[in-house]
Amino acid sequence: MALEDREPEDPRSASAGRRELRQMLVIGAIAAAGGIALALLIDWFPTAASRQAGPIDTLWDVLLIVSVPIFVLVETVVLYCVWRFRMRPGEEDEDGPAIHGNTKLEVVWTAVPAVLLVILCAYAYVVLTDIEEAQADRELPVRVVGEQFTWTFYYRGDGGKEIASSQLYLPAKQHVLFTVQSEDVLHDFWVPAFRMKIDAVPGIDTHIRVDTTERLGTFPVVCAELCGLGHSVMRQSAHVVSRQDFDSWMARRQQAAQAGGGGGGAQGGGGGGGEAADGKAIFTSAQPTACSTCHTLADAGATGTAGPNLDEALPGKSEDFIRESIVDPNAKIEEGYSPGVMPVGFGDSLSPEQLDALVEYLAEVSGK
Amino acid sequence: MTSRLRGPGLTRGFAFFVAGVLFCAALVTGVRALYGFSLWDTSNYQNAVLIASLLGAPLFFLVGLGAFDYWFYWASGRPTRPEDHSGHGAHSWRDYFRVNTDHKVIGIQYVVTSFFFMFVGGLLAMVVRAELAAPGQQFVDTNAYNGLFSVHASLMIFLFIIPVFAGLANYVLPLMIGAPDMAFPRLNALSFWLLPIAGIMMTASFLAPGGSFATGWTAYAPLSTDVPIGQMFFTIGVQFAGASSIATALNFLVTIITMRAPGMSFWRMPLLAWANFSTSLLVVIATPFIAASQFLILLEYALGFNFFNAARSGDVLMYQHVFWFYSHPAVYIMMLPGFGIVSEILSVKARKPIFGYRMMAFSLLAIVLLGFTVWAHHMFVSGMQTWIRIPMMVTTAIIAVPTGIKIFSWLATLWRGVLHLDTPMLFALGFLTMFTLGGISGVMLAMVPLDIYVSDTYFIVAHIHYVLFGGSLFTIYAGVYYWFPKMTGRMFDERLGRLHFWLTFIGFNLTFGPMHLIGVQGMPRRVADYPEQFAGWNLFISLASFALGLSTLVFLYNIVASWRGGPRASANPWRALTLEWQVSSPPPVFNFDRVPTVVGGPYEYGVPGAVHGIFQPPATARPRQPAGAIGASEHEEHT
Repeated sequence: MALEDREPEDPRSASAGRRELRQMLVIGAIAAAGGIALALLIDWFPTAASRQAGPIDTLWDVLLIVSVPIFVLVETVVLYCVWRFRMRPGEEDEDGPAIHGNTKLEVVWTAVPAVLLVILCAYAYVVLTDIEEAQADRELPVRVVGEQFTWTFYYRGDGGKEIASSQLYLPAKQHVLFTVQSEDVLHDFWVPAFRMKIDAVPGIDTHIRVDTTERLGTFPVVCAELCGLGHSVMRQSAHVVSRQDFDSWMARRQQAAQAGGGGGGAQGGGGGGGEAADGKAIFTSAQPTACSTCHTLADAGATGTAGPNLDEALPGKSEDFIRESIVDPNAKIEEGYSPGVMPVGFGDSLSPEQLDALVEYLAEVSGK
Repeated sequence: MTSRLRGPGLTRGFAFFVAGVLFCAALVTGVRALYGFSLWDTSNYQNAVLIASLLGAPLFFLVGLGAFDYWFYWASGRPTRPEDHSGHGAHSWRDYFRVNTDHKVIGIQYVVTSFFFMFVGGLLAMVVRAELAAPGQQFVDTNAYNGLFSVHASLMIFLFIIPVFAGLANYVLPLMIGAPDMAFPRLNALSFWLLPIAGIMMTASFLAPGGSFATGWTAYAPLSTDVPIGQMFFTIGVQFAGASSIATALNFLVTIITMRAPGMSFWRMPLLAWANFSTSLLVVIATPFIAASQFLILLEYALGFNFFNAARSGDVLMYQHVFWFYSHPAVYIMMLPGFGIVSEILSVKARKPIFGYRMMAFSLLAIVLLGFTVWAHHMFVSGMQTWIRIPMMVTTAIIAVPTGIKIFSWLATLWRGVLHLDTPMLFALGFLTMFTLGGISGVMLAMVPLDIYVSDTYFIVAHIHYVLFGGSLFTIYAGVYYWFPKMTGRMFDERLGRLHFWLTFIGFNLTFGPMHLIGVQGMPRRVADYPEQFAGWNLFISLASFALGLSTLVFLYNIVASWRGGPRASANPWRALTLEWQVSSPPPVFNFDRVPTVVGGPYEYGVPGAVHGIFQPPATARPRQPAGAIGASEHEEHT
């Protein structure tokens, strides 16, 4: 109101225009500076654990610095117009000035954004080549296989034999080449801490490169492409460990693999002795079943929710029923669940001994 | 009763529908018997009958309804009356429930039907947010959850945003260009009646054995080819929605090209007509691609064609290319008509000519062209050939240039105007600010390295809602309020309208704003459950979304109450120049008692004595300036 008192002349006259533009520029510049500061202060990203995170996070900051002023520009003009040029009492039948266009202005707001966008694209291209650059020397190849609803990671072991693991273990400061595959539908291999992701596509191999840094820790592995009922629980862990820890982990896996049977998962093992322990290991390991990703079973520490809760579903069921449910999952469907969700074919991928051990284990824990 | 069954109408439609289901069942039984399949293999038999009925029975319904009566009569050589106007206009509510050839009735049919599905889709979103309010399982299991967001998106896209724009334009566009009706009124009626079929089909998928389709609105193969039968309700429903879209778009194109009033050159057309011209081009060229993608799914699902079965040398990525070749232009199909609406409203409510009229029209056409060159930016992490990403990044960024031209021109239109800040204007300004944010996050997503990180996260969810809610829905609200007096002859309640705006604007930002953050922090989209770290923001978002949901009730009450008993509207309450405001509210049955002649541009506010159209024959009408008079005088002689 104070401002209007000082300006008795028509706010829409051309002479008022120049001063208004100046006013708006000042307001806009202050708001843009504040907006940029605020946007940069927000803690956007999760922990960074790869070299790729650096350029990507910087790209984000640059995009924020470019975007905020553009957004502020639009907001400032809109709010300023609402404040200065809104219809006041007595102006009900008035019209604004008949301005049809301004060629110079239109050329400017076509050319400037175009140049800006081309520069951004060039910068993004540089970032892209940087983060995807091959590091030919001593790249660690890891084969990642997605299936409903688990990831399995394969390492090259001694003698060309692959070593499988349900957990992703990587040494620090290592160039890693992931080859991503799918057994069934589309999945997407994503480790937010590494910033990189790629779809797992049936029929083709896809690749991403990640260079771990010296940051050690455990980070989530996420499936980012809708893959069915268990999509939201298709989460595992990536462990970045020191070189020594990685080597000794590999050695242990190697031994386990040679001992036969593909071995238990990293989080499995332990527990009592005898058959039940083996069954439990099979229940929690990534290969060949990964039961624990989809089923809850307290004894095995499993908390999956895509399939029936076995603590509730199994008590009172016979061994035959359990066996049938593993070999032919669609034969009998628990109420509230749909047929076709649980993969068929475990009867083939489990050896007869493994199947027996698993059935015996499940019967035993549910009988308790 | 028999006369009802014999004459066209809903009763005969339902009778034919039942006959159609029986016919399809008989057909399937016959074919299965010929092939020697067991008729009692219940689940396969059931599914086959269901798929055949989904395809066939709606066509029986349309025949029963009478959508094809005239053409059948004509084809069989029986007498027809081309100038039969008995199916024109509405005298009671019953006239909205039959095949009606009046574009004004069809427009209202479209708008009301699509808002009905907006409320259904909105309710589904409320359940989604209730489930996501806390980590773990609250109300629905994973299957139901995946179904909820899939049906929500499909209804909002195919049954709300796309058809509601077609509905508004159906009502307004012939009036705006001075035409008595659309070019093909009977095709227009058929286009509308395809729509409720698609909507009911998608909604009814929840009743299918195994639950509704649950693979997202993208229905990516091979997930979508190996799921319960509910998936087919999407696959086939989309065909009906798509056919409706294509037929309407052809209708708009022919109407705009051939039925403009004397004197209305292309450069004197209101920008809404330009916007629908551009949109219709997009629809006609792009929509067949989604039809193809879904037919491929149908053939693979029902008959085992192995298009996308990698084990049988199928190509999984091909689905995505065909799908996005439609579905990216579809984003512009859902946006360009809104650009048109906002151009109308900003010019009228700022009392100024639209700034840079020709560039506004050219930028629409530029978006149409560029819109076909960017589809693979949805596939940066799909595993396609890596080189494709670079040209797609550049074209995606460049499409921001024509969009920027539009935004800056709207801002310049506001400058030094006399801003009437009523409900339509508030929604138009809300659009301007929120769509800018959606556009900016769109440019961010075009940058391949960043997209690698944020694709398939909540950042995408935030972006698409800033574009389709903050963008499209705000323009839809603006348009509905703006033309409400014309369509109903009543004024809406201004105070409730403003309340609706502020509730929507605040609720919208509180709901979708934080999604940018949790997306960048690493929350993937389409998940029924999420880690503890996102619990706080998700609860906040859910509460905000419930407020946003409630805001629609204010709108619903305002519209229903005002339609029933609002004050009578004058012919031209906004003092607008375009032709639809030069006739009574609501307009006469045949729009114009006398054919108007257009003598000037549509947005000449502030030009003393400016007129857009007059009700005189062309011979006596004096030519005036076209829109964007500066630098346009040479063009005048050629048009």
